[in-house]
Amino acid sequence: MTFDPSHAARSFSSVGTRPIRPDGVDKVTGRARYGADFNMPGQLIGRILRSPHAHAVIRKIDTSKAEQFPGVKAVVTAADLPDLTDGDTSMYDILDNCMARNKALYDGHAVAAVAAIDARTAKQALKLIDVEYELLPHVTDVDQAFAADAPLINETIFTTGVDPKPDRASNVSMRSQFGHGDVDAGMAEADFVVARTFKTEQTHQGYIEPHACVANVSSDGTADLWVCTQGHFVYRQHCAQLLGLEASRLRVTSSEIGGGFGGKTHVWAEPVALALSRKAGRPVKLVMTRDEVFRATGPTSATSIDVKIGAMKDGTIIAADATLRYSCGPYAGSWAEVGAMTAFACYKLENVRTVGYEVLVNRPKTAAYRAPSAPMAAFAVESAIDELAKKVGMDAVDFRIKNAAQEGTKASYGPVYGPIGIGPTLEAVKNHPHMKASLGKNQGRGMACGFWFNFGGQTCTDLNIGMDGTVSLAVGTVDVGGSRASLSLVAAEELGIDYAQVRAVIADTSSLGYNDMTDGSRGTFSSSMATISAARNAIKILRARAAQMWDIPVEDVTWEKGHAVAKGETHGNLPNLSLKEIAAASGTTGGPIAGHSEIVADGAGVSFATHICDIEVDPETGATKVLRYTVVQDAGKAVHPTYVEGQYQGGAAQGIGWALNEEYIYGKDGRLQNAGFLDYRIPVCSDLPMIDTQILEIPNPNHPYGVRGVGETSIVPPLAAVANAVSNAVGVRMQHIPMSPPRILAALEA
Amino acid sequence: MAGIAVSTTINGDHAEFLCHPDETLLEVLRERLGLMGVKEGCGTGDCGACSVILDDRLVCSCLVLGAEAEGRQIATVEGMAQGDRLHPLQQKFLEHAALQCGICTPGFLIAAKDLLAKNPDPTEEEIRFGLAGNLCRCTGYDKIVRAVQDAASVMRGA
Ligand code: FES
Ligand code: FES
Repeated sequence: MTFDPSHAARSFSSVGTRPIRPDGVDKVTGRARYGADFNMPGQLIGRILRSPHAHAVIRKIDTSKAEQFPGVKAVVTAADLPDLTDGDTSMYDILDNCMARNKALYDGHAVAAVAAIDARTAKQALKLIDVEYELLPHVTDVDQAFAADAPLINETIFTTGVDPKPDRASNVSMRSQFGHGDVDAGMAEADFVVARTFKTEQTHQGYIEPHACVANVSSDGTADLWVCTQGHFVYRQHCAQLLGLEASRLRVTSSEIGGGFGGKTHVWAEPVALALSRKAGRPVKLVMTRDEVFRATGPTSATSIDVKIGAMKDGTIIAADATLRYSCGPYAGSWAEVGAMTAFACYKLENVRTVGYEVLVNRPKTAAYRAPSAPMAAFAVESAIDELAKKVGMDAVDFRIKNAAQEGTKASYGPVYGPIGIGPTLEAVKNHPHMKASLGKNQGRGMACGFWFNFGGQTCTDLNIGMDGTVSLAVGTVDVGGSRASLSLVAAEELGIDYAQVRAVIADTSSLGYNDMTDGSRGTFSSSMATISAARNAIKILRARAAQMWDIPVEDVTWEKGHAVAKGETHGNLPNLSLKEIAAASGTTGGPIAGHSEIVADGAGVSFATHICDIEVDPETGATKVLRYTVVQDAGKAVHPTYVEGQYQGGAAQGIGWALNEEYIYGKDGRLQNAGFLDYRIPVCSDLPMIDTQILEIPNPNHPYGVRGVGETSIVPPLAAVANAVSNAVGVRMQHIPMSPPRILAALEA
Repeated sequence: MAGIAVSTTINGDHAEFLCHPDETLLEVLRERLGLMGVKEGCGTGDCGACSVILDDRLVCSCLVLGAEAEGRQIATVEGMAQGDRLHPLQQKFLEHAALQCGICTPGFLIAAKDLLAKNPDPTEEEIRFGLAGNLCRCTGYDKIVRAVQDAASVMRGA
């Protein structure tokens, strides 16, 4: 799809307005159906037995007592999920994560499951399953797992990305490197150098809705799955492959989703529910407890990062270097690579090098968490940048402006940037009243920048025009935070009709072509692209039908503001035909009118943000209070500005929680000690101030309206912005996230 | 099963059910009575998604036994709108986009309703502390607080 690049100057009538979302009333009245809000006749309740050990060989599983327990209809173990992955190691890892095969690899790893007539029976039956474990030494800390003498988690892992291939297995599954120039020479030339090591702890996406699904495998080989997911088409593929079903015979319907943030992009319990249903011959509902959500799903990586940056006296950064170690749970992932790519993406650098290591640990398999891997890298880099600015004697914002990447800059991870927003967000911050407000005692201000790639991907959309002139838009990207509103706006814009005339729904996997999942901030970006092209295809048909009704050549019909307009001297006096009039006649002019679109939405525009945070630290207790917070981010074009603001605020709040409090705490026994909201503690209403937002619009030249993804970048700067604020408040450089009161006190005493 | 027979009032309507002695009010509302607007985020009293008003007290229905509903008045999100007329809180939540995923919304609406019944003109801080028992992971609370402020002023007739 090629677009007219002049869209930047175009004016919009629907896009950019703030109507009420189409799914809103159902959500405020309790009618919206989420994962756990669906039941099927005759359904059983499934529950999963999980390993209490961090690392253990599973010697034997005896399910006989559970099977005989009254009310139990099926018990499954790995034996009921045979390996059909055919050498696909990442699918094998997913299978093994859904149900441990030979070893339990973390506290919470599934080892067996039951389906029974009710939850109480299922729970009792779990206690009757006898698992014989042989304990193995475990390791949960990223640095300890990295060490040469660490307990080995998977003997088939040999570090990739090193030459020659290592001759012995280790916990380091991958090394990746990015950059250009001569970093060592640059560093030698530098007038000032900052070198620091930083650590961040593991956090969970923390969606309020636990994973939930209802699976129904019929004896005729067809199956249905109702599930809360960010990507029902991807779930269908994974489940079909793991269960040996034909994809077209498995229909997956995505429920309303109660938060995902990357954590609902992988299957966990769904293949187990399908296996239970297949074995029991009845529908099975499986809903995780909060404890299971923490112990077995999500989380993001813990990291340890070395950063070294050198600058000249005039404030030019001459060299930048980082080594980043990301934990990935007990299976290989790609998280360190992404961290290494994003670390220095905000800056124009002659000499830059980043090396990422992905490290296996006995913790849950990591899943994407909003701009996965970028926040930790930004924390380390933006902390060092702040310190370097001080050494050079420059203001933190001016120092960044001087070194900010621009259009034409070769990014540290390879490509050359088009028009980008890092400079403008920094200028906006420099001029923001927040930067000029005064601070009191024990208070500090910090700012930081962040980057995220954004993603496009496979997208398919149907736009059907009803005979009454209303439009139903079927999209395949799950709506995680208001995208049905934005996509309705886009359809209305393109067709030239009212927002109220459009109704967007999320179609199930049997009703629409394949769609990648809603991740990489792609929901509105990619589905709006597909919606625009579907609308344009529908307009072609509408024009042809109008031409037919008027009996004039189609070339003489244009489409303006929701109407067919007859052009040319001979037809100039024909009254316009509205979409509604053309739709009403469709039965006699050739049948239903629809537009379809199937695309790979290339050209997701990169996105940048700069945040400002004011914080107060109590030097006696180490307690912190965020006093004021401002987000400035480039949206390309904000389709529904209120929901764009919501994305900015939500990401900032998650980042603040990560920076100050949230972390997975493991005991020496390798068990998670805070698997609940009370002890994990995400920010509550009284922890936060209002979060001020400023939307910049630097159009993405690859999108017809200039849209960029907006969902993720907002979580990238907060760790660093908050850390810089705390460091400025207490006069000590904070190097370990979260900055919980004991860590702040320790830093003060050091 | 030794079921306990319970007779209660939910959203103004009489309701009767049998439940286990250890069954929570949340389980009863969702699984026995089909009031799925009451959400479960944790089952341990930590998230507020299951908030209901029991007589005139805001409670986590996951921490109340079904049997305790005997002879009481229960208000859930399903009872807030009058026919197709939304409660001002519901209306303002929509207008302010105070929900993204919406899973926390029923709990917040109920908690806010209880708050405004007791304090019709709360300060921002009173709202923040009044809603501190409800978790929202999507919004950062900003738009929720604004929606409650706006609804409070509408309800006061200001
Ligand atoms: S479900 Fe009751 S407080 Fe979370
Ligand atoms: S809107 Fe998603 S948890 Fe509040």
